[in-house]
Amino acid sequence: MDFQVVVLAGGNSKSLTPLVSKDVPKPLLPVANHPVLYYVLHQLEESNLKDLIVVVEGEDAGLLVGAWISGTFVDRLHVEIAAVPEDIGTAGALRAISHYLTAKDILVVSGDLVSDVSPGAVAATHRRHDAVVTATLCCVPISGSSESGSSGGKDKTKKPGRYNIIGLDPRKQFLLHIATEIEKDTRLQKHLLHAVGQMEIRSDLMDAHMYAFKRSVLQEVLDRKDTFQSLKQDVVPYLVRSQLKSEAVLSGIRQAEEDGNEKVSFPNNQVMVSQILSNASTPSFHELYSMDADGSAQTRKTHKCCAYIASSSSYCVRLNSIQAFMDINRDVTGEADHLLSDNVIGPSPKLGTKTTVGPHCMLGEGSEMGDKCQVKRSVIGRHCRIGSHVKVVNSVVMNHVTIGDGCIIQGSVICSNVQLLERVVLKDCQVGAGFVVTAGSEYKGESLARKEK
Amino acid sequence: MDPRRTARTVSGPKVRQVGFFTPAPPERSISDPPRFQDPIQPPSPSPTQVNDHSPSGNSLSPVMIPPAHHHSDNFLRTALQVTSPTKAFSYSAKTVTIPPENEDVASSFSPGRKVFSAKSPSSFPGVKASSVPASELTTVSVVNLPPGISEKAGGASVEVQNDRPVSAKTLKEKTSKAERRALQEAQRAAKAAAKAEGTKASSAASKVVTSANTKPSKAAKSSSQKNDGSQVAASEKKGGDRAPEKDRKKDAPHPRMQYDDKSRVEKAKKRAVVKQTEARNRVELFRHLPQYEHGTQLPDLETKFFELDPMHPAVYKVGLQYLSGDIRGGNARCIAMFQAFKEAIKDYSTPPEKTLIRDLAARISSYVSFLIECRPLSISMGNAIKFLKNRIAKLPLALSESEAKSTLMLDIDRFINEKIILSEKVIVKHAVTKIQDGDVLLTYGASSVVEMILLHAHELGKHFHVVVVDSRPKLEGQLLLRRLVRKGLSCTHTHVNAVSCIMQDVTRVFLGASSVLSNGTVYSRVGTACVAMVAHAFRVPVLVCCEAYKFHERVQLDSICFNELGNPDAISKVQGREEINYLDGLVNQENLQLLNLIYDATPSDYVSMIITDYGMIPPTSVPVIVREYRRDHLWS
Repeated sequence: MDFQVVVLAGGNSKSLTPLVSKDVPKPLLPVANHPVLYYVLHQLEESNLKDLIVVVEGEDAGLLVGAWISGTFVDRLHVEIAAVPEDIGTAGALRAISHYLTAKDILVVSGDLVSDVSPGAVAATHRRHDAVVTATLCCVPISGSSESGSSGGKDKTKKPGRYNIIGLDPRKQFLLHIATEIEKDTRLQKHLLHAVGQMEIRSDLMDAHMYAFKRSVLQEVLDRKDTFQSLKQDVVPYLVRSQLKSEAVLSGIRQAEEDGNEKVSFPNNQVMVSQILSNASTPSFHELYSMDADGSAQTRKTHKCCAYIASSSSYCVRLNSIQAFMDINRDVTGEADHLLSDNVIGPSPKLGTKTTVGPHCMLGEGSEMGDKCQVKRSVIGRHCRIGSHVKVVNSVVMNHVTIGDGCIIQGSVICSNVQLLERVVLKDCQVGAGFVVTAGSEYKGESLARKEK
Repeated sequence: MDPRRTARTVSGPKVRQVGFFTPAPPERSISDPPRFQDPIQPPSPSPTQVNDHSPSGNSLSPVMIPPAHHHSDNFLRTALQVTSPTKAFSYSAKTVTIPPENEDVASSFSPGRKVFSAKSPSSFPGVKASSVPASELTTVSVVNLPPGISEKAGGASVEVQNDRPVSAKTLKEKTSKAERRALQEAQRAAKAAAKAEGTKASSAASKVVTSANTKPSKAAKSSSQKNDGSQVAASEKKGGDRAPEKDRKKDAPHPRMQYDDKSRVEKAKKRAVVKQTEARNRVELFRHLPQYEHGTQLPDLETKFFELDPMHPAVYKVGLQYLSGDIRGGNARCIAMFQAFKEAIKDYSTPPEKTLIRDLAARISSYVSFLIECRPLSISMGNAIKFLKNRIAKLPLALSESEAKSTLMLDIDRFINEKIILSEKVIVKHAVTKIQDGDVLLTYGASSVVEMILLHAHELGKHFHVVVVDSRPKLEGQLLLRRLVRKGLSCTHTHVNAVSCIMQDVTRVFLGASSVLSNGTVYSRVGTACVAMVAHAFRVPVLVCCEAYKFHERVQLDSICFNELGNPDAISKVQGREEINYLDGLVNQENLQLLNLIYDATPSDYVSMIITDYGMIPPTSVPVIVREYRRDHLWS
């Protein structure tokens, strides 16, 4: 279908410390015992997209991710890994691999997206409108609505102003405005409003970081605007802003393409053909605007920025905070369990007597639990040893964790190779990899990590 | 006038006249011819000579309906054939530009035809000379055969087709034995001629060559044994090229499927690409037409974007645009489809161990069935597809892949340019002569040709007023209006409800058409028939502008057996007016059925004239165009 897929599996991991470390780069952060990247790749594979470029920040991470992908998706996907220097942003990453991009359109997916929004639908919308960029918008995470049943600790982590301000045309097809943060004032363009007539401003939509770009335009923008760092904050808003006054260079390209098509010997007729076609289609405000100047002559160049709004029933969350991490873990084992194709409970967990594992739980392979344990709404990784009288609620326990007897863990994340000695009480804590929690200690809302040596 | 009337009663019993048949009072029919002359003629003493031909056209009318006596029919046919070219020339003499252009189209487009017509008399001069009726018949059978075959292959849709090839069938039945013999003879002769030609190895006529080489003896034997009837078709079937036949087999059931036939629908669903949930409440009379739950197809198709591997992106895009209604209008859809096919052919490469001709034909067929799933084909598209498949089937085997591809792409370009663009220009030239200063022209909907006519007339400096009549839910007329107003034409806009009020001031009605059928019925956007009838009642001439590639040999008496159902929501909801929600929640009620028809059929009684690229003709002469055009297709 002449689409190339780029998975941007980098991203700042600051908001996810101490879960993310050198050994566990963000793409490999396990969500319900699968690295988060798995969800994206799985989704793409389901859509029959088997040629991917995965962009990772940093050489080491690149090696790790590459090793994991080749181990997991061998014979299933054709993945190329590109390691780019850190902190060059999403736009920078695309710039770095720009010369690999050859297809007509590029689908850019963020590697931390856990969703069941079909990439095909985005691509189809993009194609149908012949858009320059199509952004996927989804309703603000399900966690907002299903909050009632889960821990109370999440409200405080939710900062106001994380929402996007998105302007849509009345038919909800075109993107008219996109801003990431609420500033005091939001500036709208007058001529855009004038052309569209009516704009719908929504704050309940979230940019899912799945974009379809027209390659030529994307490369053009990346080349010319070398200060652009981020797709979301720079490139997309720029394209949206300039949709009615497409820069000369952009339109120049398109002109050239059209000319290429018109090499047939009937130039005059070709004009008529295109006129018939354009007359037959419903004009978007772009066309109307471009004609406004004087009659038929298309003096003003425009391009289209489309929005694909995922249906409210689809699941779509980005893993960009610890809270999101907790939510995704809960949802993936719970209501959005269709995201995982394989079994939820690993083979042969050893459970002690009178140990109960509630619903929406996941037990990794080879984990052992002692007597009279309680596990509710939690994910427990592989090869964990859990002693007796342990209570794990709303928590994530990664691989190779040893938990002593009598521990109580609530709403916490415990990374790999952590040792909890006896009678530890953790509430809303994050414990970094390899940390050892001393016996009998109690923590609440803290982030524990090994000191970097 | 009389023959036409009797003919009509013969062909269609009263029951069939479902649509727009106002029982015309007798004095109307008497006053008809003068009316027909009057409005077109009087303002201009400059003779365009429509009425000269209208009587001849009337007398020719029985052509489409088989009369009782075959010989007279034959005579009429010959007469028609003779008259039609002369007519064209008489026109062309007046309007100056047509003859070269017509010649151009014909010559550039059908080299093969010329070759054939040149060679058949030369290699076999005896046939034509010996039995005039026989040779006359052969051409008829050749013209009518392909639909016959497809019908047999289709099989599914017998009851629908029954009324279509009436003329052909009854004709066959009624031929006397001697004539049948003569016909056989002629065919055998033609085959032998082809064989002789084939030994000379002219690669252009490869189809005929293969047919003659492979099965001549068999065909001859069997034909001598049985009496012809089906035999003509059978021998042709055996001899004919297999690939296109198979395509037809695959192709034919699609557009003609009866959607009230449950088992067939199930089967069709299984192979469908697009998920089609059928709407529950369908109007009884239209159950045989496909009607899907609107809004379910598009998202489903979208999610499958990457999964439809065999589908070419361009084709896919066009399908999406059909489905979402981004492209509409017969010409635009046809052009878009052909451009997509061109892209697909450009990117095509023959898989190993397959031949280009067959594989590409199959590929195109799969594209077509995909497009049908997105939206039923228009008749113009059907004709265009037939043309393309014909070209593919006739590709010489010796051609290399790249050559074959470029040939096909060139063919497509030529089709678009000659059959659509050029013919539109010709139509515009014809039609503009009918516009005088001070005219009030009425048009309905948004036809690309009519728009060009109006714009061209405006450029010529004629002063006239345009009434654009429109109707919900599509309101395409507004787009037309927008473009016209911008060009400085003086316009009136109204909806079809008010057409009877505005018709008093109108001097001419220009209508576009989706198709013109061989009984002169104009198949066009729903509402056209209503406008035409009102115009007829007000004695306003109705000029239908339609390119010849949209003509079809089908005969249709009502707008029921073939039609398209649109989205029923479109009529139950008014866009932009949320407060009109009286039907909210009722849509799925058992006893409410919503009907949103797309097309309707205007009987030829209400059409004064059809303007096409072969000239301005009365609706009764459509079969001539169909036949001539068919021949172009078959032999080019």
